[in-house]
Amino acid sequence: MSSPLAALPVIMPAIPELFTGVGALALVLFGAVFGDKSYAFVRWLVMLVLGVALILVYLSSGARIEAFGGAFILDGFARFMKIAVLWGSIITLYIADSYLKDTKRQAFEFPLLILIATLGMMLMISANDLIALYLGLELSSLSLYVIASFDRDNVKSTEAGLKYFVLGALSSGMLLYGASLVYGMTGAVSFAAIAKSLSSGASVGAIFGLVFILAGLSFKISAVPFHMWTPDVYEGAPTPVTAFFAVGPKIAAVALLIRVIEQAFPGIETQWQQVIVFISIASMGLGAFAAIGQKNIKRLLAYSSIGHIGYVLVGIAAGSPEGVAGVATYLAIYLVTSFGAFACVLAMNRNGRYLEDINELAGLSRTNPALAFAFAMLMFSLAGVPPLAGFFAKWYVFLAAVNAKLYPLAIIGVVTSVVGAYYYLRIVKIIYFDEPREALTPAPVAIRFVASVAAILVLAFVLAPAPLVNAASLAAKSLF
Amino acid sequence: MHNLLSTLILIPLIGAAFILFVPKGREGTLNNIRWIALITTLVTFALSVLAWHRFDPTSPAFQLVEEGPWISDAIRFKLGVDGYSMPFILLSTFLMPFCIVASWVSVEKRVAEYMIAFLVLEALMIGVFAALDLVLFYVFFEAGLIPMFLIIGVWGGKRRIYASFKFFLYTLLGSVLMLVAIMTMYWTAGTTDIPTLMKFAFPASMQKWLWIGFFASFAVKMPMWPLHTWLPDAHVEAPTAGSVILAAILLKMGGYGFLRFSLPMFPIASAEFAHFMFFLSLGAIIYTSLVALVQEDVKKLIAYSSVAHMGYVTLGIFTLTEQGIEGAMFQMISHGIISAALFLCVGVIYDRMHTREISAYGGLVHRMPLYAAVMLIFTMGNVGLPGTCGFIGEFLTLLGSRIANSWVALFATTGVVLSATYALWMYARVVLGKLVKPELMNIKDINLREATLLIPLAILTIYFGFHANAILDVVSVPTEPLLASIKAAVSSVKTASLLAP
Repeated sequence: MSSPLAALPVIMPAIPELFTGVGALALVLFGAVFGDKSYAFVRWLVMLVLGVALILVYLSSGARIEAFGGAFILDGFARFMKIAVLWGSIITLYIADSYLKDTKRQAFEFPLLILIATLGMMLMISANDLIALYLGLELSSLSLYVIASFDRDNVKSTEAGLKYFVLGALSSGMLLYGASLVYGMTGAVSFAAIAKSLSSGASVGAIFGLVFILAGLSFKISAVPFHMWTPDVYEGAPTPVTAFFAVGPKIAAVALLIRVIEQAFPGIETQWQQVIVFISIASMGLGAFAAIGQKNIKRLLAYSSIGHIGYVLVGIAAGSPEGVAGVATYLAIYLVTSFGAFACVLAMNRNGRYLEDINELAGLSRTNPALAFAFAMLMFSLAGVPPLAGFFAKWYVFLAAVNAKLYPLAIIGVVTSVVGAYYYLRIVKIIYFDEPREALTPAPVAIRFVASVAAILVLAFVLAPAPLVNAASLAAKSLF
Repeated sequence: MHNLLSTLILIPLIGAAFILFVPKGREGTLNNIRWIALITTLVTFALSVLAWHRFDPTSPAFQLVEEGPWISDAIRFKLGVDGYSMPFILLSTFLMPFCIVASWVSVEKRVAEYMIAFLVLEALMIGVFAALDLVLFYVFFEAGLIPMFLIIGVWGGKRRIYASFKFFLYTLLGSVLMLVAIMTMYWTAGTTDIPTLMKFAFPASMQKWLWIGFFASFAVKMPMWPLHTWLPDAHVEAPTAGSVILAAILLKMGGYGFLRFSLPMFPIASAEFAHFMFFLSLGAIIYTSLVALVQEDVKKLIAYSSVAHMGYVTLGIFTLTEQGIEGAMFQMISHGIISAALFLCVGVIYDRMHTREISAYGGLVHRMPLYAAVMLIFTMGNVGLPGTCGFIGEFLTLLGSRIANSWVALFATTGVVLSATYALWMYARVVLGKLVKPELMNIKDINLREATLLIPLAILTIYFGFHANAILDVVSVPTEPLLASIKAAVSSVKTASLLAP
């Protein structure tokens, strides 16, 4: 008789997810019993759970292992992306505290929802068939809808949550429709089986399904033309939640997108490449031009994130190991830069009132030189000006595009990055060139810490780019 | 010291970090900051002289080479200098102390940030000229935009914001096209090592596109007519020292880029596009000289004259003759000295009167005889009078263009007349004539600080006018192998086309 532990190797790859899931359930109970006064304790425990999960992911080997009948996969790529997502969630909880305190929304559900969303994102990253894909996506999306409207007495926050939910449900519908078409045409839900069945060419139905799946995922990464929700949700959601939205869910959805097209549809690259190239150009263009007129920093960063997804899609469009490595590098650098930028936004606080108008930053270089410098460096990095990290992020995705002979895409991309540089420069201009306004209230330690660490990383990346780049290319190799 | 060049880049950065930690807000802080900046730039200059001492000008190879790991095996941290880059490094480090001294009293607000921006800019400029890896070059080349953007935008004049944005975005747009070209070269040659790429034969059809990518960047940086419109705005709004650096060093990066990259790496395309470059150069020489003639702002006039002088540089480079290329190099160095000095001269009167309108001046010679004398030397240098260094560069480039194409030489020579017209006319309106303006009655002649700025430059202007070989001997060494390789590449294409049916 075999011991019950014999089944353990099968669930080994999913240990971080299982740990997170069990932790979430236990903490739900704990919170329900002790109510909102348990917020601080739950927050620390959630960070602890996420930290342990992060260590568990670090410890995993990165070799390709499948579990749960092939629905779940762990490989180097999944490991890289999960590390990024977990860091995103931990930083979110770290910087969110003071904001929740100031807005009197310190409810224990907040860290829990982040935890459950993170679990969903980890499942998305490891999804290896269409059902796991949908389960992970919905688990994270439903949590995200709730935290978008977490500031429930605020009309804008409620509107953001509702808008996100309605449009998100629509996109999930499209995704499901696409998935069912693909299943109907190929008779399989597993990515490997779909790839096998399509290896001799795709039927119109399968391509139709692919396009619907891409549309559904494009919504999640807010790529044009499925971006409409982004500015409103970014503006309405509580700022730490916006910071979270800008990074974690996008990384997970990008990872999922890459896995779907590289593992399930490698045989029809020319078909999906057209779609990706189109939404990439549209995202880069809209991100660059639409942000020019924005006065609200959160809306501006929303359009900026649309533009950045466009650059990420450049790397995906290349459809090569270099492209995926470029995307991984891009996302890791974007994670740091974006959290740094949002920490700066959270620092825009005067006597407990959070400011969102970019003109409130006027003359920050004289009232708060350190924050001003960090903000400016992060903006230059988002603009992709060397020697800052953002330049190397763009370098790798465009390098892959050039190698794939996608010259028009590369040229349009670099030109839109110049247009985009305009509005990042405008923030630097307001900070450095304009006459100072009343000083901001000194930010809490957590926010200053995240902003300065991000600025230092962005500045120092040029000195040692190799470790991240090597890790990213190692991660990318596991997919090919 | 085996890593002289990286030390050279590091020292200004260390100086900048030092300023960052000077306690602010005490009495004497500002002077301490100024002294730290000055000492840093002087030490950097001394080190670059040491580098020059170690440098063997008779060898065409890259020297003082140092190499280290960076991004990957193909993209490494590599520095080195040859006869083209060494003079520019010396020019940069030489002019930097002048910039600091020129800003000693005229910059009063945010002195620490100002000095930090200049020191960082110095490090990046040295990096541009010393980089032996294309990606490293690009990083230095583009990073320089950030400090210059801040210098124009924070310490500039009335329209500083417009000027700084125009400067930044214009230059960035040119450079990103070069970036795509660099990526293509990386995948074609498998490396971004500059010495390797100089020997690599890119297919002729590809050369054309790569050449255009690099052209987009360097033509904007240079700036070549008709892409020059950012320059007058940037010059007018920048503080004096910013204008000095812009005119003397940053513009030279374009010419340096053509010599370092376009010619050796894309010889066939360079030969093909030579007539196109002649056309643009003539446009710069004739058109912008005429525009300079009607300017009412002293700085704008010098800015347009810079564009015209850069026209001679591109003209000389693309004649693909020894005289032309050496003349272009000489012209860049001499323009670096003369334009820097002219902007310093404008700074002297601007500090006194706070206006740059030509019509606000007149008859300064009666109150400022010494100023009038040094200004005359620089004006003559700008005109290209024999005996000043301005003459040699213009003469050699015209000589080269005469070999390449007589018609081009004919039109280019008219620029000599035009430059004499606008420069002398400006000198006459500002310095000569009767002193009638009541505001000017009490204007003081240059003081000791200003004299120490202008007199060394005046001496150099005349010295290089007589001892042209001091520069020409250095730049001729890498020119000969460069021309030989261009000739070989172009003739191989010709034979190939003859053999084709």
